[in-house]
Amino acid sequence: MSEHKILQVQNLKVNFDVSSEGDMPWTKAKKLQAVNNVSFDLNSGETLGIVGESGCGKSTLARAIVKMVPADSGKVIWFGNDLLTLNKSEMRQHRKQIQMIFQDPLASLNPRMNIGEIIAEPLRTHYPKTPESDVKERVKDVMNKVGLLDNLVNRYPHEFSGGQCQRIGIARALILKPKLIICDEPVSALDVSIQAQVVNLLMDLQEEMDLTLIFIAHDLSIVKHISTKIMVLYLGNMVELANSNDIYTKPRHPYTQALISAVPIPDPSIEKSKKLILIEGDLPSPVDPPSGCVFRTRCQKAQDICAIEKPEFKEVSNNHEVACHFHD
Amino acid sequence: MIAINKNKIKEMADNLSDSGTGRSLWKDARIRFMQNKAATVSLFILAAIVLFSFIGPYFAVWSYEKIDWNAMGSAARVGMPSIESGHFFGTDDLGRDLYSRVIQGTQISLMVGFLGATVAVFVGTLYGATSGYLGGKTDQIMMRIVDILMSIPYMFVLILLLVVFGRSIGMLFIGIGLLSWLDMSRIVRGQTLNLKNKEFIEAARVTGVSDFKIITRHIVPNLLGIVAVYATLLVPGIILAESFISFLGLGVQEPSTSWGALIKEGAGTIRYDTEWQLLFPLAFFVVSLFCFYFIGDGLRDALDPKDR
Repeated sequence: MSEHKILQVQNLKVNFDVSSEGDMPWTKAKKLQAVNNVSFDLNSGETLGIVGESGCGKSTLARAIVKMVPADSGKVIWFGNDLLTLNKSEMRQHRKQIQMIFQDPLASLNPRMNIGEIIAEPLRTHYPKTPESDVKERVKDVMNKVGLLDNLVNRYPHEFSGGQCQRIGIARALILKPKLIICDEPVSALDVSIQAQVVNLLMDLQEEMDLTLIFIAHDLSIVKHISTKIMVLYLGNMVELANSNDIYTKPRHPYTQALISAVPIPDPSIEKSKKLILIEGDLPSPVDPPSGCVFRTRCQKAQDICAIEKPEFKEVSNNHEVACHFHD
Repeated sequence: MIAINKNKIKEMADNLSDSGTGRSLWKDARIRFMQNKAATVSLFILAAIVLFSFIGPYFAVWSYEKIDWNAMGSAARVGMPSIESGHFFGTDDLGRDLYSRVIQGTQISLMVGFLGATVAVFVGTLYGATSGYLGGKTDQIMMRIVDILMSIPYMFVLILLLVVFGRSIGMLFIGIGLLSWLDMSRIVRGQTLNLKNKEFIEAARVTGVSDFKIITRHIVPNLLGIVAVYATLLVPGIILAESFISFLGLGVQEPSTSWGALIKEGAGTIRYDTEWQLLFPLAFFVVSLFCFYFIGDGLRDALDPKDR
């Protein structure tokens, strides 16, 4: 595994305009900060896990990296090129190397195309001159890789189970031999037993094909299992970023601590004695985020300064970054 | 019992491991459609009617313009349906053979229906898909245009067009074609909006598939189901509109005819004991419309995503 930076995200911001019911056409739309000042580096072969509540901007962040939603400012540097400044045709060249896996396995497959066509689509798009026999060969190859029988090529998505559909989605993402795969909650729609299969499959493939992954989930135990680094997002802001072991053993931000304490431990005696940190209240509206630290409205440690000054996101120990005035 | 189950399981296992083709949604829909008896029978009857309108003339003794001077003016006594005289469906008051007239009317009515629906499907699908896929301001403007056109009373415009520009079948096509795509474009737009945010479209965009390919490969095939259903329901609507216009005497002009025109003639002479003049065209008209509606219904059931 080569240890070089393949992706650098710097101060990425994504805002959405939201207009509420009853607004006049000339009323200025409100800004919703979906992703606010997110920065991270990703080395080849690493897996970055992104966790957070629903609506915290995980998926938006992923989509902004591949330019599916327009970013307002910041940089996404992919092998030295800032993707956000590229035009459509230049971007197309990079799309080969960045693929995505989606949350709803069935919805991510076109119901009118058979499996062979679906898996071959990226190949046909980027290398339209590939002879048909080669395409078939590649499709079979990649289907075997993800654990699908290659005689299923002529079947249609509705004939498969959720886990199989997700494997098809993975096969489609792999056929161009990409460098980075963004997995947007790839397992949250699956049964627990199937989740493990899919996650293990992804890890095996990662090793085999030297993939880099961005893995979005809200299940911390799965993220811990697969990730080398974990980023915690809250209301579009980075709260904590560290190696996955560090985050688990020494969470420093109150929000992360609460999240980790909520992960059930499969041992009743430990589970009973465990101290559970409860977060009270609801997620504040991202249209009108709290002043200062975004988490202060629900934070047990909140002081006066938290409302005034936004905590800087800084390194507090080796490769462990936190945004909190009173981190542990 | 167990043996049967074992056999069944083995059969299923064999089916699973074969490398045959899977069942596409279209194939599924076809199977479901075939299971709908009313729709299948309607399809056959309609096919028979279409076939009749093409083959029928070869069996006709009288052409549609030839006048049987014997029957002229005394249709009630001489012009009744009979095989001997060659007037299988009888004659009209002018002594023209109703069998040939009905065939001619069938051809014209079906042509108006099919051509009108084709125009509507083509324009409506393109307009709706473009509007839905592009979204934003373009969508707003395009749909407001549709709203404005929709708010104009349809029959009124059609009648005005025919009165101002003269009564011709061409004008009728233009009039019906111009207005019947509106509903279609709305339906297609709604469906496109729904599809646009599906993950498979997003997956294609992430991969770098061009917009044009996305529309043709991913959006249109998924629209076809609803378009097919709506088109089969649109055909009888257009036939009805044409018949109504012809019934008013504004549509198809002599010597051509259509179901509506024939029904009008038949209804006008019903007092003189020539009920066949009404009943034959009416029977064709009613049966065909029923068939279209049953087929549309069957298609809708067969293609309904909720049943999948």
